[in-house]
Amino acid sequence: MIAIIDYGIGNLKSVHNAVRYIAPKTPSKISSDPDFIRKADKVIFPGQGAMPDCIKELDKRGIRDVVIESAKKKPFLGICLGLQLLFNESEEGGVNGFGLFKGKIKKFKPSNQMRIKIPHMGWNKVQQTKNHPMWRKINSGSSFYFVHSFYAAGVESDFVAGTTNHGEEFTCAIAKDNIFAAQFHPEKSSELGLQLLDNFISWKV
Amino acid sequence: MTVAKRIIPCLDVNDGRVVKGINFVELKDAGDPVEIAKSYNEQGADELTFLDITASSDGRGLLFDIIEKVANQIFIPLTVGGGVRNCEDIRNLLNSGADKVGINTSAILNPNFVSESSSRFGSQAIVVAIDAKKVDDHYEVFTHGGRNATGIDAIMWAKKMADYGAGELLITSMDRDGTKSGFDNNLMKSISNSVDIPIIASGGVGTLKHLVDGVKDGEADAVLAASIFHYGEYSIQEAKNYMHEHGIEMRL
Repeated sequence: MIAIIDYGIGNLKSVHNAVRYIAPKTPSKISSDPDFIRKADKVIFPGQGAMPDCIKELDKRGIRDVVIESAKKKPFLGICLGLQLLFNESEEGGVNGFGLFKGKIKKFKPSNQMRIKIPHMGWNKVQQTKNHPMWRKINSGSSFYFVHSFYAAGVESDFVAGTTNHGEEFTCAIAKDNIFAAQFHPEKSSELGLQLLDNFISWKV
Repeated sequence: MTVAKRIIPCLDVNDGRVVKGINFVELKDAGDPVEIAKSYNEQGADELTFLDITASSDGRGLLFDIIEKVANQIFIPLTVGGGVRNCEDIRNLLNSGADKVGINTSAILNPNFVSESSSRFGSQAIVVAIDAKKVDDHYEVFTHGGRNATGIDAIMWAKKMADYGAGELLITSMDRDGTKSGFDNNLMKSISNSVDIPIIASGGVGTLKHLVDGVKDGEADAVLAASIFHYGEYSIQEAKNYMHEHGIEMRL
């Protein structure tokens, strides 16, 4: 059973649609029920928008602890803000994330050398920086769909699974033990995005 | 290397049927939005935009069914525009599976609608569509397919909408729309250079070179086109290859 964490933010339905499409026989459910999340074999943690809002919504539903607990022991896939929340500090301020990774969530800044648009929106190439079961059947340099204005900076190199360039190189995928998280949206990245979700479904930690 | 420029085919939907782009010979049901969406996805479309031109309120419900069906099978970003009036409309579209909604006239009637909806749904979900026309030496925002002047300067409006939380802007030149004479790249460039958010160029594409010009001269982040793809003149893949050959970063 796969739990897709519902905290009232982001397009959860597209994640659920994609999971059901690739694995119609794998039970999955969008849920904010702590008991269900605790019992699930795997957890997908999507998210969009601002970090302070997300933390507030998680707490409103009383599920912050169970999400952190899941991230510590079962296959856990963070998507977009679901990656950013795994860090502690953010430039968005006011709140701390889960502190499971060292680093800081920063905002893209336009520079004089190279003009960039913010949000970083569209398809960009992901360079894989380590072998990982989640990259099965996906070539390094493949394109995935991004939409975000913040990114994780200062990630410990052991845990960087992929990088992308938007004005500068940044970490777009992280992996540690049972956790894999992507800044891009696999559920919106066509065939290769589906492949990544399929890899999550078959991932044995 | 940086983010790829996007090609976005636009499908006009009326009463649940695609009304342009019915010349795909390989389709079993040429007006079926799902079949067309699938075909575009296979050709490598980077996103899809549905423009609802349904006039009747009865027909409007059909749009939600369509979006839901497409979103169940096609896993690329979907934008839906046309008749989006309030947060309820946006919520229904997002719940049906849309990733972004296009807001046009409602933003002009009430600019705060843009800030409200972007803080509620996230700016990534809000595309503000601007229809602009050249008036004397400047560009002005028009509504109702270019019939109604608003008196608002298009570049000022674009900046304002970016400040109000739009995630991107869809800029249509009403002078060029339907002419196949190319984008109004002066308009595109002026807006692209005035805001930090991405802009989508629209209106006037007749050749593949026009797509290249939109990116190089108009400095657009994405190009939207309807008829050149719908009537099978070019496939999306041909367009992407052409743009790539002309030095533009594309997802191939």
